[in-house]
Amino acid sequence: MVSIQNLHKKFNKNVVLSGVDLNISDGGIFAVLGPNGSGKTTLIKSILGMVIPNEGEITVLGENIKKNSDYRRQIDYLPQIANFPSNLKVKELIRMIKDLRGNTDEDQYLIELFKLEPFLDKKLGNLSGGTKQKVNIVLTFMFNSPLIILDEPTTGLDPISLIRLKELIQKEKAKGKTILITSHIMSFVEEMSDEIVFLLEGKIYFKGTISALKTKTNQPDFEHAIASILIDNHA
Amino acid sequence: MLKILKYSFYDLMRSRWSYVYFAFYLLLGVVLLFLNNDLSKAVITLMNVIIVLVPLIGTIFGVMYYYNSKEFTELLLAQPLKRSSIFLGQYLGVALSLSMSLILGLGLPFVFYGLFESSAIWDFSLLLITGTFLTFIFTALAFNIALSNENKIKGFGYAILLWLFLAIIYDGIFLMTLIMFEDYPLDKLSLVGTMLNPIDLSRTLILLKLDISALLGYTGAVFKQFFGTNIGLIVSLIMLSVWVVIPVLRIMFKSKKKDF
Repeated sequence: MVSIQNLHKKFNKNVVLSGVDLNISDGGIFAVLGPNGSGKTTLIKSILGMVIPNEGEITVLGENIKKNSDYRRQIDYLPQIANFPSNLKVKELIRMIKDLRGNTDEDQYLIELFKLEPFLDKKLGNLSGGTKQKVNIVLTFMFNSPLIILDEPTTGLDPISLIRLKELIQKEKAKGKTILITSHIMSFVEEMSDEIVFLLEGKIYFKGTISALKTKTNQPDFEHAIASILIDNHA
Repeated sequence: MLKILKYSFYDLMRSRWSYVYFAFYLLLGVVLLFLNNDLSKAVITLMNVIIVLVPLIGTIFGVMYYYNSKEFTELLLAQPLKRSSIFLGQYLGVALSLSMSLILGLGLPFVFYGLFESSAIWDFSLLLITGTFLTFIFTALAFNIALSNENKIKGFGYAILLWLFLAIIYDGIFLMTLIMFEDYPLDKLSLVGTMLNPIDLSRTLILLKLDISALLGYTGAVFKQFFGTNIGLIVSLIMLSVWVVIPVLRIMFKSKKKDF
């Protein structure tokens, strides 16, 4: 689905990614983890073409993404911070994105699922953080693309919406889609993901299943396994 | 690109500032016509205002729009759209809506005053054409500055400096050089110097069309020989187009390499 070779990226003098090699196969949920500033968002934005790598090659569904924009039709992306143009209404934003990407009827169902009807005529600037995130989720899931990228999807969600989001993700997985998630909520990652990719200092430190990570670090539970990696590498 | 253009244009059309800008020109047109009671004279006064104000508004609006629509831009970047069409669409949206405020705001009072029966119609059209050119030029320059500067305050600072330089400081330096080298033949040099600054170019173009070059002495005669002819007009319009094209090309080039 996604293949990354020898990806390097630095911002001015700050090296963020230094030689990432990653292959993500078709279908399943992959969690990208790592401490703050380890390059998770940069990695995701490189896949999306928002960050231009200094070196390396990325292919999505067999297409090299360099100087290409059409491959993004195959990706649904949920950005980390839901910043929308504040003078647009929710309804208008949804219509606009549909106009840009093609029509879909999925949005009605998602709006109902996240109980967004009362907000459709409100301006995005007046919404709370959680509601914005729900709009963000609707915009992401309303297109039926084979690759879904979620950057911190749980931010600001109340417990009911969180449950609905988890169900939604599982449903998409059942359709055979590939889902990439970054999150700091370990319980969420443990519950959802099939495989994890651990980034540390711009490189991939570990890739595999959660049980493999537990064996590798000799820790009984996931949260401690992650913590032990961090302690071992920063002590 | 047209879709982005449409959304940027609507977005700006709904914003208060477009109306303020439009109302300002409307008021300016009405007041000038009322005070001068003469179309040709009103055109001259108007020129002096437009030549300075249009670049300033274009620069500030361009920079402001770019920074304010950052979120919108990031949303668009994740969609299957080319970068060049995102930024060109936004640029054209800003430039077109500003030009529309200018043309409608000034055009309406002049049309009602009887522009079409007057001989000033060509001078007035030239004024609007150069005004539109200046809007496109300075909005493009503003987008260039904003693309190259992540820091809003810096971006604004450079934009204002650019305007100050081209609108005021350039003339000062130009004049000083002319005085310092007054013993040499300078008409060619001053012609080139005028061509290199879009504001000067527009001003000279309109002044000479208005046929008041007699006031300008010998250099004026050289200028008149050049700008007064059709070739001069065409060369000047080409120069103004070059001033639009180069910054636009840089927008496309720069946006392809930028990280978001």
